[in-house]
Amino acid sequence: MRKSPLQLALQRVLRNRMAIGGASLLIAITLSCVLLPPLLGLDPNHTQPSLRNEAPSARFIFGTDTLGRDVFARVLVGGRTSLLVGIAATAVSILVGVTYGAVAGFYGGKVDEAMMRLVDFLYGLPYMFLVILIMLMFSETARGDALPVFLALGLVQWLTMARIVRGQVLTLRHQEFVLAAELIGASDARILLRHVLPNVLGIVVVYGTLMVPSVIILESFLSFLGLGVALSWGQLVADGIAVVNPIRSYWWILVWPSLFLGATLLSLNFVGDGLRDALDPKART
Amino acid sequence: MSGAEPQATPLLSIRGLRVDFATDAGSVPAVRGVDLDIGISETVALVGESGCGKSVTAMSVMRLLTGRISAGSIRFGNTELQSLSEPEMRRIRGAQIGMVFQEPMTSLNPVLTIGKQIEEVLTLHQRLTSSAARAHAVELLKRVGIPSAERRASQYPHELSGGMKQRVMIAMAISCRPKLLIADEPTTALDVTIQAQIMDLLGSLQQELGMAVLLITHDLGVVAHFAERVAVMYAGKIVEQGAVRDIFKRAAHPYTRALLAALPDPLRTAARLEAIPGRVPLPRMLPAGCAFCARCKHVFEPCPGVLPELFPIAPGHSAACFLHDPRRAPSNVPCQ
Repeated sequence: MRKSPLQLALQRVLRNRMAIGGASLLIAITLSCVLLPPLLGLDPNHTQPSLRNEAPSARFIFGTDTLGRDVFARVLVGGRTSLLVGIAATAVSILVGVTYGAVAGFYGGKVDEAMMRLVDFLYGLPYMFLVILIMLMFSETARGDALPVFLALGLVQWLTMARIVRGQVLTLRHQEFVLAAELIGASDARILLRHVLPNVLGIVVVYGTLMVPSVIILESFLSFLGLGVALSWGQLVADGIAVVNPIRSYWWILVWPSLFLGATLLSLNFVGDGLRDALDPKART
Repeated sequence: MSGAEPQATPLLSIRGLRVDFATDAGSVPAVRGVDLDIGISETVALVGESGCGKSVTAMSVMRLLTGRISAGSIRFGNTELQSLSEPEMRRIRGAQIGMVFQEPMTSLNPVLTIGKQIEEVLTLHQRLTSSAARAHAVELLKRVGIPSAERRASQYPHELSGGMKQRVMIAMAISCRPKLLIADEPTTALDVTIQAQIMDLLGSLQQELGMAVLLITHDLGVVAHFAERVAVMYAGKIVEQGAVRDIFKRAAHPYTRALLAALPDPLRTAARLEAIPGRVPLPRMLPAGCAFCARCKHVFEPCPGVLPELFPIAPGHSAACFLHDPRRAPSNVPCQ
């Protein structure tokens, strides 16, 4: 009977068919990527020179690629990387962006001024340039490793999060209930953590959900350029493109990873939109 | 000093308080030298129109101003509040001095249950287990007259009416049994029947807890019922202070008299309401002398140029008006 504003929002999400459909598809894709390879004993790197460029069949349901590797195995294992990069980089950017934005918005004035000018400056740099720069810094030690990708993407994506949170905190800072918290003798840290941030949570969740697909896209793009993680959807799409030619199109090498990538991005966007509608104060019924 | 001082050491003693706000057009004075004492368990009303510096005075006591205190002292018991560090000040806020303010609709955090919010005050200032804090919070909700308090404690602010929310704010303010409660227009946002209930509640809590109350209001009706002593503020200064009786029966400052004359009288429904001519001078354009002189019918030579001090009229009653300057010929003092 007693429902917090977040519970009420959740209830509204559950009534949104697009969001539920998206969430179900997302869970299905995630579970397959995580569970199927070990369960079916799939090896994405096992090459079979005799079975190159096989069309989808009962044995290889997604076919095989130019080196005779199972595309089904590669799509699933590549999906693990793409999803992990999306979630991890989003987590990094939420952590950095929310902290930074909250501090700037809460203290306001000169602190805010200085902190946000830095954000503006970083915004001004082409983000691809930044990402590539960070990736190159790690290139000797950790090529193909996932960690620099998380960091690079997270450190680029936090800027928008910082701006959004800063704006929200700036308005919340002057709400009466924050003054009331000061009047009962609560410290700045306590006010920020207990009274201000929970009120920003909704928007962070929404923006975070919408950030995951954009990070996945970015990572795919990096992989496409040959800067990403070794085996991800972006990499697979790049491989698929490479073998498309007017004489023989090995379409399965391109279509399957693209389909998984597209379905995941679409589902995430549906979930994000559903959350946004549910948390929008104007949509209250 | 002026004002009634029946007690040796007042609970709160404000001396020469000046507060300035920095604006693009330079520094603007909001409070220009306020002296105010509040005795233990005493109820003092601070009245005046919007923008005269009532709330700024109250927030100075709490040290939660956006402006700057440029001069003056604020003593609470034997402590000079301005010399305290921020953590020391936090131990006073909520524990020793409680505050209720105008806007109950937005004063509660929308994402926390009201029980949690009351528990927060308790756990900040007292060593309590969470179950003890919960029990105490429910107790407090009952005390401020919220029916089915257990159920209400687990509700969110949006499930409560304005009057209920103000009761919750009062419960939070009194939860640590403060010595002083500052009520900044506690009933302005509420409708009239709820106003009366809230004032009754404040009155009975004051009796029960023996706390002093600084009531900030522009509602003279509330003042007459509730306060023992009244300080009238105009343009950042106290222009008259005295016992409620003195202010209502023998108002000495022309501004106080004009305020009282502007009150609607239920026995003379047909008559037009009196209004004070002119408007409050902008803080940047105050005259060197009395800030009320441009609107005053009794204005004479010293008024525009010399700042009147508070002249004693009777024990505990004083007014900042040259009409009451003892050096003047007494025949000129107009009687009400």
